[in-house]
Amino acid sequence: MTERIAIRGGHVVDPSNGIEETLDLYLAEGRVVSLGTAPDGYMADRTISAEGQIVCPGFIDLCARLREPGYEHKAAIASESEAASASGITTLCCPPDTDPVIDTPAVVNLIRERAQQIGKIRVLPIGALTRGLKGRDLSEMSALKRAGCVALSNAHAPMANTLVLRRALEYAASHDLLVVIRPEDPWLADQGCVHEGPTATRLGLPGIPDAAETVAIAQVLALVEHTEARVHFAQLSCARAARMIARAREKGAPVSADVAAHQLHMTETDIDGFNAMCHVRPPLRSVPDRDALREALRNGVITAICSDHQPHEPDAKLDVFPSTEPGMASLEMLLPLTLKLVDEDVLSLSQAIALLTQGPAAVMGTETGTLSVGSPADICIFDPECTWTVDSSTWRSTGRNTPYWGQTVKGRVTRTFVDGRAVFEL
Amino acid sequence: MNPIQADNLQLDSSGRLKHFLTVEGLSRDLLVKIMDTAESFASVTEQTVKKVPLLRGKTVVNLFFENSTRTRTTFELAAKRLSADVINLNIATSATSKGESLLDTIRNLEAMHVDMFVVRHAESGAAHFIARHVAPHISVINGGDGRHAHPTQAMLDVFTIRKYKGDFSNLKVAIVGDILHSRVARSEIHALNTLGAAEVRVIGPKTLLPAAVETLGVTTFHDLEEGLENVDVVIMLRLQKERMSGAFIPTEHEYFACFGLTEKRLARAKPDVIVMHPGPINRGVEIDSQVADGPHSVILQQVDHGIAVRMAILSMAMRPDLESSPGDRIA
Repeated sequence: MTERIAIRGGHVVDPSNGIEETLDLYLAEGRVVSLGTAPDGYMADRTISAEGQIVCPGFIDLCARLREPGYEHKAAIASESEAASASGITTLCCPPDTDPVIDTPAVVNLIRERAQQIGKIRVLPIGALTRGLKGRDLSEMSALKRAGCVALSNAHAPMANTLVLRRALEYAASHDLLVVIRPEDPWLADQGCVHEGPTATRLGLPGIPDAAETVAIAQVLALVEHTEARVHFAQLSCARAARMIARAREKGAPVSADVAAHQLHMTETDIDGFNAMCHVRPPLRSVPDRDALREALRNGVITAICSDHQPHEPDAKLDVFPSTEPGMASLEMLLPLTLKLVDEDVLSLSQAIALLTQGPAAVMGTETGTLSVGSPADICIFDPECTWTVDSSTWRSTGRNTPYWGQTVKGRVTRTFVDGRAVFEL
Repeated sequence: MNPIQADNLQLDSSGRLKHFLTVEGLSRDLLVKIMDTAESFASVTEQTVKKVPLLRGKTVVNLFFENSTRTRTTFELAAKRLSADVINLNIATSATSKGESLLDTIRNLEAMHVDMFVVRHAESGAAHFIARHVAPHISVINGGDGRHAHPTQAMLDVFTIRKYKGDFSNLKVAIVGDILHSRVARSEIHALNTLGAAEVRVIGPKTLLPAAVETLGVTTFHDLEEGLENVDVVIMLRLQKERMSGAFIPTEHEYFACFGLTEKRLARAKPDVIVMHPGPINRGVEIDSQVADGPHSVILQQVDHGIAVRMAILSMAMRPDLESSPGDRIA
């Protein structure tokens, strides 16, 4: 039995309904029952004041690694669920590169059940596109779909060849499954670990050219025309890639794309001094690339911002730069980094929130990401002006591998609701 | 919210050398001081008793994660001539192959109360990483890390150039060959630009030049003869055998035909050009024997200068209390 909760006086921002005004919000039986005025006979069990705060749909993160099963020394579903709910995230998609890989219903069930037991967030496991992510044999896609996977991906693992890629796209399309592609040509990426550009040249670090991304996208786009598969490109990093997606979408191709929040702020020069915390994949690229990604958000080419959360144990970053593991722990930076785009006049508040709610909901086809009456009451309330310091007193993820450690950031979640239940209260 | 930029790890609070990791970011005065100090040690290496007691009681560990004969030997000689105790560790065949992490290796050696690490490692950033994590009393000297830097080699090269050419401001220097994989080239480019060389050229096929190489402050040439026109100094780089299998170039034969330094090609340079090579040389691949052994070649002088320059760097990093030209004072 969930409580009837009235959220009063908050500034409601719901891009899916074009709402941006101060309104009361009424929840009952886990759903949104009214905006503005209380339904007849509504008696709130609990009234929450949200004055001076933003009330919006809970965030949907298209890519966050929980590390369970298999990499519990890095993080676990419990710790990362808590970090996510404290960051306003109510739905999170986890890529299939766990150990064992998410290529059987058993692993899907294990993750979903554990997430349900913890009860903080909805976890949508993304199934493996190929068995064991080996890139050779198709996974049992139908079985994965029945177990609850809404999308499939080969994560960071390469496909053996373009024929397997073609067949995987065709077979996924037969089951109406979305395919998530993290575009990177493995041969062009080679041993690279940073953007192939001036900083890589100075530091003598092997580079990954942006062509590694565009060549992979070009291949997939050609096969999408051929197979009519639905494809989502994950974590774009360069200007040319954004232009390719823009052209494909103009022509009506069933493709979408997201970008990791850190790619919208940091660039190749942030690795200077061999800063392993900025070792990410795809790599931080040039200033023009970053600006083009920002532009692609503004004009609707990229429709979601994800965290690309990759928590690590401390040792993973304590080595010579090329030997460190790529990735940032970034669930908790998703909102501050997105709001920073509002502060920098890149996006309006409504656009920013759409990229965390309506946009990713459309990619995954979830019924959340909106405050429409009747939809599940997945809600985030945050104070856009509240500053906080990234340190051990605020951070919840087990992974502390963030270049923002010790810095003060703006935008703090105060309450999160999933299905009308308060799962986080500051 | 931007992450903190790289601090200058190499200098202490008074701007004196603490570690020697890269030439980049060091002042012209400091580079000149290293060369002047090396000059004062050159006389020491010519005496019958080739020792000065500057580093008596200090322990230098040559920590080589990658094979090297020349660099390790000259570091060892430099340290011994400064009266330090020297330990050579070839880690390529020891601890890390047993699964010990780099940081654990460093911690274990620290516990043995050493004073300096000379580090060579196959990955870029290794010396920075160690410098960032060692105990505060230990100095780290980069003996070559990945493709990033080989600053002592660059210093002995500019020391050699100064010996023959004096002033840098009118010099045109060409660096020829595999710039992409070369830590020597990167350090030389920084050193030459800091010292005010008129022009630094890099010459090689596009496959062996790094992206945006001109941002390092060089002009690029893909034609050797064009690039050698009127240069005062030619630095040839070694071509590693594995570049053929990596599809960087087709064959050694074609490489020599395009980028091999011959007497005929050298004639395009200034008449008093000097030819350098960090070694070991591949005769008939990047350089013709007639040039390597010819009148313009200063390749063996480079090796000799390597000891004095490394003595200068070791003493400056470990004895910041000493003022300039300790070699003169002791001698």
